[in-house]
Amino acid sequence: MAGARTLQDLFKRYRRPGDLVFAVVFLAFSVWLFSQLGNETRWMARTGLFSQPSFWPAVSLAGMTLFAILHWIGSICSPRIYGRWAEVGFWMRAVEYALWFMVYVLIVPFIGYLPSTIIFALVLTWRAGYRNKRFLVSALLSGCAIVVIFKSFLQVKVPGGQIYEYLPDGLRAFMLTYF
Amino acid sequence: MDNLLSGIQMLLSVEVMAALFIGSIGGVIIGAIPGVGAAVAIAILLPATFSLEPLVGLTILLGIYGSSMYGGSLPAILINTPGTAVNALTTYDGYPMTQRGEGRRALALAYSASFFGGIFAILCLIILSPLLALIAPHFGSREIFLAALLGIILVVLAHRGQVFAAGMLASFGIFINTIGLEPVKYTKRFTFDQTWLASGVNLIVVVLGLFALSQAFLLLVDKDKSPKPQPVSGSLFSGMKELFGHKRVVTVSSSIGVMMGMIPGVGEFTAQFLSYTYARKSSKQPEIFGKGSPEGLISSEASNNAVPGAAMIPLLALGIPGEALTAMMLSVFYVHNVIPGPQLFQNKMDFVMALYMAMLILNIIVLIFLVFSTNLLTKIIQIPTRFLGVIIMVLGFVGVYSLRNSITDCAMAAGFGVFGVILKRLNLPIVPIILGMVLGGIMEVKLRSAMARVKTPLDFVDRPIAAIFAIIIVLVIVMHIRTLIIEHKNRLSEKETDHDIHDTQQR
Repeated sequence: MAGARTLQDLFKRYRRPGDLVFAVVFLAFSVWLFSQLGNETRWMARTGLFSQPSFWPAVSLAGMTLFAILHWIGSICSPRIYGRWAEVGFWMRAVEYALWFMVYVLIVPFIGYLPSTIIFALVLTWRAGYRNKRFLVSALLSGCAIVVIFKSFLQVKVPGGQIYEYLPDGLRAFMLTYF
Repeated sequence: MDNLLSGIQMLLSVEVMAALFIGSIGGVIIGAIPGVGAAVAIAILLPATFSLEPLVGLTILLGIYGSSMYGGSLPAILINTPGTAVNALTTYDGYPMTQRGEGRRALALAYSASFFGGIFAILCLIILSPLLALIAPHFGSREIFLAALLGIILVVLAHRGQVFAAGMLASFGIFINTIGLEPVKYTKRFTFDQTWLASGVNLIVVVLGLFALSQAFLLLVDKDKSPKPQPVSGSLFSGMKELFGHKRVVTVSSSIGVMMGMIPGVGEFTAQFLSYTYARKSSKQPEIFGKGSPEGLISSEASNNAVPGAAMIPLLALGIPGEALTAMMLSVFYVHNVIPGPQLFQNKMDFVMALYMAMLILNIIVLIFLVFSTNLLTKIIQIPTRFLGVIIMVLGFVGVYSLRNSITDCAMAAGFGVFGVILKRLNLPIVPIILGMVLGGIMEVKLRSAMARVKTPLDFVDRPIAAIFAIIIVLVIVMHIRTLIIEHKNRLSEKETDHDIHDTQQR
């Protein structure tokens, strides 16, 4: 950076492995969306061009497709950077954590925000490779603190768990309101 | 003057003052932890602030926005890892100073330059306010449309070397905003007969996915790291006096920060690079830039801290966000039915003044906090990165789910999270998507209402401000093409290029 010769060098953003894979997939996605323009938007009679419901989708998809073509041409014309499929593998590994996130989302309405947050924080900490007591206790305390700050203190909208219905009357109302 | 007093009165409530402290100190801590950053924190906190008073909610978010860059300079200087992406240039001169045993001096210079930049921008904002109040009512639909169009063009062109990618991602953002039931003819657009797409794609869901969840996934998948900065000894106050020896660099850098912050779509990166280049070209010792130059450090920190204050100008006066963080804040305004734009300056000037004062006070709180707690922060930032990923994911859940208790929103956010990981790994920009969504919505509404009174294309630019915007748009495109030709002549060969040079998108 400090050795950059021109101002343009400072602004440049360089390619990384996997650039071509992304360029191809994004171009295919753009072309497919563009092909759906007629089916997925309406052209209204007695309505000006700029007020047509399909005007902005058409503009944006034309922009997406045009730039995606140029980006793809840029990628295929550039020297290959090795490590493409290893990089795609890295992207795929992120999907595992997206699935963990969805499991967390799905269990909250059943077992409640506090219990599910504690379980999720502990399990994910274990999965991330932290197996000692120090990290597991930190995860437990962090989970509790987040629930207390957001649900008990800031009163964000997270519904109580179905499991809370089995609690004694006084405790049930308390858990539904604060945890 | 009445507005100023009324604004100060609005600030003097327990809630607002608490929000100021929480926002500013929280922002420093968040900024200091490599891997979090203001965007992640603001995205997570957005839905929680909807239930607060507008001034309280905005003060927390502004506090985080304005103070995160102060905190970000700490790991940039001590461990060569910028706390936030916009502290990247600080590492070039800050870390070599630490290696020379001048860590305390580097921190003192960074904090004082940041403070100068922040205060300078707010003073410019206060001085410009009467002018803005005068000009803002002359902004009709076509002027706001052209300003938003200029913002989109600039955000694309500012990503040099990746203009095509920025263009397709900005267009993607505009497209996402069109999904669902459109509000004029009530027809469905790109819903594929799916009920969950009929209500459209919420901006906050996209923001949380692209900024917060993607960062969590990235940290969890990547190698585990734990920063180990050395504590700093000695008083930071004494080192701050050195800034007075660099009056020219700090003033010019702050001015560049203000100018770049005011222009939608440009932001901190461009401000930093321009002021760094200026400082190096005008320095008596350009050869020490990148090897521990105090001027380089000052230019970087003063300019990036001047941007948040200046970025409030297009947001408040025109309702046009210049970058991702102000785009997020725009949603807080809308939720509380406080519509930024010309009317805000006419009807709620006291509210605007209260925001200015809040920004001024937060800079003072942050400076005092940093002087006394730098060594405490060096301990806080030692959180291992994967554990940080776990915490961000737990926080990301409350951000998305509390919005409307929708599992679909969470699934969409998770999808955008994976997409964000891919973009960050490829070093492609996320900001054009967010600005495309926000500015695309503004352009659609404003163009439709503007065209009602336009008979010929020239009518569109027959008002002075509209004509000026049209000329600027043409000039920006012509200048870009000219620069491309010059750049092509001076280009580096593929072997000379460093493909990891801008890895800051990953932070």
